[in-house]
Amino acid sequence: MRKTVITVMAVLGIALLLRNLHVILLELPDDAAQGPIYRIMFFHIPSWFTAGIALSLSLAASVMYLIKKDLRWDGMAVATTEVAVAFLTIGLVTGSIWGRVAWGIWWTWDARLTSAFVCWLLYVGYLVLRTAIDEPTQRARISAVLQIFAFADLPIVWYSIEWFRTQHPAPVLRGAGSIEGPMKAAVYANWPALMLIGAVFVMLRLRQESVKREIDSLRRTVHAL
Amino acid sequence: MDSRNIEFMFYGLASAWVILIGYGLTLLVRERKIDDELRRLRSLVEDRERK
Repeated sequence: MRKTVITVMAVLGIALLLRNLHVILLELPDDAAQGPIYRIMFFHIPSWFTAGIALSLSLAASVMYLIKKDLRWDGMAVATTEVAVAFLTIGLVTGSIWGRVAWGIWWTWDARLTSAFVCWLLYVGYLVLRTAIDEPTQRARISAVLQIFAFADLPIVWYSIEWFRTQHPAPVLRGAGSIEGPMKAAVYANWPALMLIGAVFVMLRLRQESVKREIDSLRRTVHAL
Repeated sequence: MDSRNIEFMFYGLASAWVILIGYGLTLLVRERKIDDELRRLRSLVEDRERK
């Protein structure tokens, strides 16, 4: 049953992504100012949204672990964080490629890019830290606390383009100068597609965490026998 | 406008797909490895309990 659900979601997600790719490449016109490069936005923005949702779930799971002390919540936290890091990486890489054409540079240390990079570093650090702690409950407790601290960077990333003067463009989905019509619809259409793929990844990771807990338990049994 | 505008657009879109597919494949490989480990440990426990 679980495999069927994952397969259906994966097929649906890929089909949606391919349909959106068709719209993005063949139906939408070039941007008057940027030319075709603006199409990167259709992956860049939904990737950040997906990462934001995954990290919010991860925060909630970490808080739940600290309250309930149930390792299943820790499994949820690490599964969602790892998937979020994949989407954060897409956001950073696609943004950098867009910047190379739009600004003539791959990277600049403005408030949005710097806070986004720090966000990526914090969550990669979270994943690396977990590999350094063997004892499961200690690993879960320290990871949950780090997760709560790391999440504090997310509002800074989100609002940095409003709080500071940045090289990064102002919000394109709200406020003055935002995109409208089919372009805005294409951004919102690609988000559920990436969310579906992200959900498939989380489900795969959740099962792996569950199997890892069983492996830990079996190892203890082997030592005891 | 950069003359390599369209080329970089393809790099951008391709990089997103490569990261998604690459991560998906690593998950599948990892799943196979931990399933093998689980099977190995289960049979080890059964062997030791029989002895």
